[in-house]
Amino acid sequence: MEEALLVHRVHFAFTIMFHYLFPQLTMGLGLLIVILKGLALRTKDEHYNRSARFWAKIFAINFALGVVTGIPMEFQFGTNWAKFSTFAGGVIGQTLAMEGVFAFFLESSFLGLFIFGEKKLGQIGHFVAAFMVFLGSWLSGFFIIATNAWMQHPVAYSVAADGSVHLASFWGLLLNPWLGWQYLHNMIGAVITAAFVVSAVGAFYLLDHRHEEYGKVFLRLGVTTGLLAAVLVAFPTGDGQGKNVATYQPVTLAAMEGLFETKEGAELILIGQPDMEKLRMDNPIHIPRLLSFLTYYRWGAEVKGLDAFPREQWPTNIPLLYYAYHIMVGLGTIFIAIMAVAAYLLWRRKLYSTRWLLWILMLSFPFPYIANTAGWMTAELGRQPWLVYGLLRTTEGISPTVSAGNGLFTLLGFMGMYALLGMLFLFLVMREVFHGPAPAAAHASAA
Amino acid sequence: MEIFWFIAVGFMLTMYVILDGFDLGAGVIHLLVAKTEDERRTVLNSIGPVWDGNEVWLLAAGGTLYFAFPKVYASSFSGFYLPLMMVLWLLMLRAIGIEFRHHLRHPMWKAFWDVTFSLASTLLAIFFGAALGNVVRGVPLNPEGYFFAPLWTTFTVVPAAGILDWFTVIMGVVALATVTAHGAHFIAMKTTNALQTRARLWAERAWWLTLATSLLAFLATWYIHPEIWDNYRHAPWGFIFPVLGLLGWLGGAYAQARQQDSHAFFASSLFIAGMAASTAFGLFPTMLPASTDRQFALTIYNSAAQEYSLSVGMVWWIIGMVLAAGYFGYVFYSFRGKTKLPAEGEGY
Repeated sequence: MEEALLVHRVHFAFTIMFHYLFPQLTMGLGLLIVILKGLALRTKDEHYNRSARFWAKIFAINFALGVVTGIPMEFQFGTNWAKFSTFAGGVIGQTLAMEGVFAFFLESSFLGLFIFGEKKLGQIGHFVAAFMVFLGSWLSGFFIIATNAWMQHPVAYSVAADGSVHLASFWGLLLNPWLGWQYLHNMIGAVITAAFVVSAVGAFYLLDHRHEEYGKVFLRLGVTTGLLAAVLVAFPTGDGQGKNVATYQPVTLAAMEGLFETKEGAELILIGQPDMEKLRMDNPIHIPRLLSFLTYYRWGAEVKGLDAFPREQWPTNIPLLYYAYHIMVGLGTIFIAIMAVAAYLLWRRKLYSTRWLLWILMLSFPFPYIANTAGWMTAELGRQPWLVYGLLRTTEGISPTVSAGNGLFTLLGFMGMYALLGMLFLFLVMREVFHGPAPAAAHASAA
Repeated sequence: MEIFWFIAVGFMLTMYVILDGFDLGAGVIHLLVAKTEDERRTVLNSIGPVWDGNEVWLLAAGGTLYFAFPKVYASSFSGFYLPLMMVLWLLMLRAIGIEFRHHLRHPMWKAFWDVTFSLASTLLAIFFGAALGNVVRGVPLNPEGYFFAPLWTTFTVVPAAGILDWFTVIMGVVALATVTAHGAHFIAMKTTNALQTRARLWAERAWWLTLATSLLAFLATWYIHPEIWDNYRHAPWGFIFPVLGLLGWLGGAYAQARQQDSHAFFASSLFIAGMAASTAFGLFPTMLPASTDRQFALTIYNSAAQEYSLSVGMVWWIIGMVLAAGYFGYVFYSFRGKTKLPAEGEGY
């Protein structure tokens, strides 16, 4: 059973981490394409239309991978987590089915129109199609985060005679107090990824002296949205999300912050290694009293440490949780710094010739992916040992009939499949980037 | 309320088979009917703008099953663990084949993705048919409502049979023949000249195979699971569904003979809908029959979510379906008519 549990957990973690590399770009890029199409409509400048078309190609490749890696996610609730599905399907089935019925149909229908139908739709129709694709992808994100928010902080349910939970209030589920900040924080994280990717391609074009006029468009777009999003992801959304954790999962907050002892005027640890044997932080570098202030807006406030909770309620992997959280926050801080400097130089009209910064922008696009993955790990590891916080333990959720051997077989299958997909993806996206948003005639047509 | 959701899930699955069925079928005959690069691009462009949306019906049906009958979802998905994972891999390969093919002009690249796309489409059609076969035949449910089916055991129909036995293999062939004909009708409708002629030829062959294997499946079902006729005995009006299916088949044969491709396509849609409804009518109210002990079967009554959840869902589900019908109508309308290959560079 232990072995099966580990296999099923790794199975889900691996497939969802790989999956989330794609939607985080499409959700952010969907917004940026709408902005480009809007600029094209307003200014009649063909550069914006060509830029939108260029990013639509990258969007389409990403979207295809997001769809194919997303289908297993829905399946796995039943295949690998059957007990969980039987237990909670009466509640989260609601949001998962709504994702299918509202978001997927919208997204897939209008993506076909957006990609294949520019001539048929006209420019305003094409803008509307882009907007619908954006709307669909953000709705999709909403229903998934609503599902996750319920697992983090279950609300609006009643317990039936057989022990399973049922929905008691539809609006209660959609207005879960956990949901708002988590959703906004997540979506703005996706915008950061798109902004960094767009900026990186722009920087590459300027550094390499190719498609320079597009490089400038990309940099203007990427740096302005990037700075805005980098600030918003920290405050108010990250802050609001942190306060939710403090309110509803205080033991998780203690583990994330590496706070082993309850204290008044708790320090914020910047760097340090949790020592789970001696139950303290090794080599801590910290700012006194800051954690109390950030959590409760009072320098002297008491923050509960891990010692305030029984051991069996502690998250199961505290070091990993602590590192995931600190990687996310650390990278988030770096994003603000990079984008602030770039935006300042853009405003002073020096960005396009500041080569060292263009190098930094070009090379920093992987970091938002790492930050978003770390953020997701923080949320999911923080919820442990619960599958549904306070209601269902992870050990109780797995499929009773699927052996560890079968799980391992399919895990290996997914690893092989995803290695192939990942290589193809990188190859095709890099090809598009090298090719650039050149006039359409030179490019092979869609099949 | 449970009956509404039984019909709703059945409706969505049928929509999936009708819509994704034709692009699966297009995949099955892709290598057979399209010989030149232009013809292959025409086949793929015929389904290009819609296949993704078609496939969404599977996801939405899955989501709706999860929501309305969580117990059936959990039991069948964990029980059919291995074949479902393989279905996932095939869906991935097929999608990647169609999406990635056009990115490189190299002939080996295109040939590789053409074969991948066709092979995955063919295997998927067989798998889906075999899956339906498993549901009709029943699975070894335990008292808690769970089971685990290996891929194959003895190939005879026994209570602890695997996924594949002679009955489910027949159902796999029925599904393959049906979607092949359906896809060929669609391609014939969207194309001209040599491609259209070859598509018509394959449609005709597959159409007769569909009839022959459907009759075989009919007799086999009678033999291994005679209870499926109980509902028909109690409520003879249900015979309307197999009759509709039969009319669909005859209409298809008639339209084929007169080379009316779009009529043939609608006839094969009717055939699929009639057959799906006949099966659902026969199974009702069971969703997953038990081959172990009949009382372990999962029915719409012992596996549904609670009343409140189902009634709230009915409101948004109906709104969602109206919206979806609107999008699909608009998309199909936008891309109506014969598929024209875009000039180089058009489309992304």
